[in-house]
Amino acid sequence: MRRPSSFLLAGRRYSPAASLLLAAPFLLLIVVVFLLPLATLLHESLFLPSPGLQHYERALAEPVYLRVMLRTLRIAAQVTALALVLAWPLAWVMSRSKGLGLALLAAAVLLPLWTSVLVRTYAWMVLLQRNGVVNQWLQKLGLTDEPLKLLYTEPAVVLAMAHVLLPFMVLPIYSALKGIPEDYTRAAQMLGASAWASFREVIWPLALPGVTSGCLMVFLLALGFFVTPALIGGPQQMMIATLVSQQVREMLDWSFAGALVGILLAFVLLLTVIFRRAVRLDRFVGQG
Amino acid sequence: MRAAPNPAGRMALNAAAYAVTVFLLLPTLIIIPMSFGPERFLQFPPNGFSMRWYLEYFRDEEWLRATFFSLEAGLISAVGATLVGTLLALALVRGRLPGRGLIELLVVGPVIVPHVALAVAMFLVFEQLRLTGTLLGFAMAHTVLALPFVVFTVLAALYRFDAELERAALSCGAGPVRGFFHVTLPLIAPGVVSAALFAFVISFDEAVVSFFISGLDRKTLPRKMFEDIDYNISPTLAAVATMLTLLTIGALLLGYALKRAMERRAAAAAGEGGDHG
Amino acid sequence: MAEAARHQGGILLEGLVKRFGPVAAIDGVSLAVQPGEFLALLGPSGSGKTSILMTIAGFEFPDAGRVVIGGEEVTWTPPNRRNLGMVFQRYTLFPHMTVLENIAFPLKMRGVARAAREEQARAALRTVRLESYGDRRPAQLSGGQQQRVAIARAIVYRPRVLLMDEPLSALDKNLREEMQIEIKQLQREIGITVVFVTHDQTEALTMADRVAVLDHGRLQQLGAPRALYEAPETPFVARFIGETNFFQGRAGGAASDGALFPVQLDNGAQIHALAVGAIAAGARLTLALRPERLRLAPAGAPGLAAEVREAIYVGNATTLLLRGADGATLRARIPAGAGFSEPAPGEHVTLQWEAGDARAFAAAA
Repeated sequence: MRRPSSFLLAGRRYSPAASLLLAAPFLLLIVVVFLLPLATLLHESLFLPSPGLQHYERALAEPVYLRVMLRTLRIAAQVTALALVLAWPLAWVMSRSKGLGLALLAAAVLLPLWTSVLVRTYAWMVLLQRNGVVNQWLQKLGLTDEPLKLLYTEPAVVLAMAHVLLPFMVLPIYSALKGIPEDYTRAAQMLGASAWASFREVIWPLALPGVTSGCLMVFLLALGFFVTPALIGGPQQMMIATLVSQQVREMLDWSFAGALVGILLAFVLLLTVIFRRAVRLDRFVGQG
Repeated sequence: MRAAPNPAGRMALNAAAYAVTVFLLLPTLIIIPMSFGPERFLQFPPNGFSMRWYLEYFRDEEWLRATFFSLEAGLISAVGATLVGTLLALALVRGRLPGRGLIELLVVGPVIVPHVALAVAMFLVFEQLRLTGTLLGFAMAHTVLALPFVVFTVLAALYRFDAELERAALSCGAGPVRGFFHVTLPLIAPGVVSAALFAFVISFDEAVVSFFISGLDRKTLPRKMFEDIDYNISPTLAAVATMLTLLTIGALLLGYALKRAMERRAAAAAGEGGDHG
Repeated sequence: MAEAARHQGGILLEGLVKRFGPVAAIDGVSLAVQPGEFLALLGPSGSGKTSILMTIAGFEFPDAGRVVIGGEEVTWTPPNRRNLGMVFQRYTLFPHMTVLENIAFPLKMRGVARAAREEQARAALRTVRLESYGDRRPAQLSGGQQQRVAIARAIVYRPRVLLMDEPLSALDKNLREEMQIEIKQLQREIGITVVFVTHDQTEALTMADRVAVLDHGRLQQLGAPRALYEAPETPFVARFIGETNFFQGRAGGAASDGALFPVQLDNGAQIHALAVGAIAAGARLTLALRPERLRLAPAGAPGLAAEVREAIYVGNATTLLLRGADGATLRARIPAGAGFSEPAPGEHVTLQWEAGDARAFAAAA
């Protein structure tokens, strides 16, 4: 019944054929450079050397690997919690600032977001290493006699990762808080709510989507994080990404690496599906 | 801002916010003065001033080669991702796209999937296709990684753009193609350029995929940095980090200018500023 | 030549249907627009008026029916090949072009040479009395000026039809009234067919040769402004155009269209009314009576007894809000300066009218 009037246009929009043509380069790239590699790797984990779940069983059964996975979950959870605690006051003050104040705070969030992860990780290593800045100052101030071991510890990994991922927490919370008119809190207080009650009853419920979005982003990114844990945690604080890398580069065990990736992917996809409304990429673009 | 009912609480909150700001900026910024220190041991504050580590960077062929390789990969990925992403964004906003939900899922795919998973998978396939350590390999990988950001930036520009203007172009007799080049593209240009900027920065800073698919003599700057950090924390790195930070500041300022340009155009299109009867 | 050009501007819509999911935005509309005519599509939001305009423009395709412009079927022709002019609700001037470049744009798309382009664009700019504004950017113009530029851009290539989608709704009241007259004059001058969408009945009555009143995607009535006001054919038209008092009642006998016949009102009164369409004896009726057709008589006189609740002075008239014997609220209007007495609130009066002013519609079954 509906006859398209031309190849390009169907009413106000491009025709399906023209739309597909516009999407074709994307589809080609995403299939060849994204779907195909992942499928090949997962195929490797499921069918080589023989079909079955043996690599997955091994990953989940052997204590060495199980420990890595539990550490990954623990560190990701700690990073998320720390980032949330740090992000809240910053996002709140940002949401209530204007002009120069806001510009400075926003720059403080955006500069790290767009600075190379390696630069930031390197900075933490300079600060935390055995004869690094922190130890130099601790000794200079007489607080310690000899350098403390800071690098290659779990708290160091958590701190550095929280630092690297903090912008991903601040931005969604900021945009949720910015959407709450100041009059709401005033109204709540006029109606007799204490500062705490107006926070609990008004601010928190309205900010919750932003908080969920931020926590999800940080947790997901932390689970698969490679650079910072590899350099700050070293082999002693190995997380799953480092383990995958080690399997590929040192053991050349693609099937087992594939199984680890499969587990990581399953976890990430599950979380994404559960919280799919919270995956908001638009919060991180167009800001700078 | 009105006087708060709880000034102490507000001051504490402000103090906390600024403390977090310092926490965010300090580790990166502290490197800058340290990179000018003369000694092989990085110290804060540095005891002296020297350009030694910068000279070392510029004299080291391996650093320079990695830098140029990263520049090449960044430029190609920026152009590629911007072209491909803009076309897709157009199809998503203005088109009737079969399987739209699936395509939207694929757009966020490279962000959702941990980079290490993607990197290992690419390594596996690229090795078989002899793409590791090649410019083409990096361009393809980085284009895919940058695509989500390009698509979302251009989508935002298209949503801000008044679609009625395209209809006006059609009613003026311009077909969809000429309408795009005469009306749509000039108006979303700042968004497209900032998308390209995003894509370039993403490629230039990308470390994880680079870590896996670099070749022995064809490696990107982040990969070279990774190796140097892993083996010896040389102060040359501090000089490189400083230059990268300054580059990021420049990119951010450029991005900010582009964003302002977008807003001005959107405001002009909405007829604001001229509506006084 | 001019005559031939005019003939190109006729529009014929045949059995248009447009559904959005289960909702029919256009529900079987057929109408003909004469060349050189100014037709207003009038209706509340959701009445389908904009969908009809978009179908004529080619931005929407109907699910059924045909669009014929100048004798040529264009139902499936893309908008850029219909050679129509369109003025949008927002000004939709291209912000990156100057005023003159905006007006020259359709000519450029038609391959007109640069010099001719500029000359014609300047002429169009003169037509809308903005000749000195050619080098400005749209954002530097006021709302009214921008809309005049948009009109110039829509007529510069002498399209056969000019479509206008609520073009004045963004302007303030005084400017809107000024522009209504200006557009009307311009249309007469260049003799172009205009289809004009509006939800403002005064605007439709002021500007149009004929008005098509729409509701829920259906054409309610198509006629000259006077006919719509004086002789509404449906209760909807009576309510939508001007103010109306409604009564419910039952036909005291059968009547043919246009005949006077007895009616028993539900509030007990026996009156005579004018039949709109054929009416069967005993049929349920809705009666419409314009407030200004009501006359006030002292209490006890024959007619409808009512009590004055409010008297609202509005300058050129006084509006009375009355309560009928059955509690219904009625409106009456007394023109100022004609020496009529104005009753005070609380006074009891009798309402009288000419039998022919009460229009009786058979209630929908």
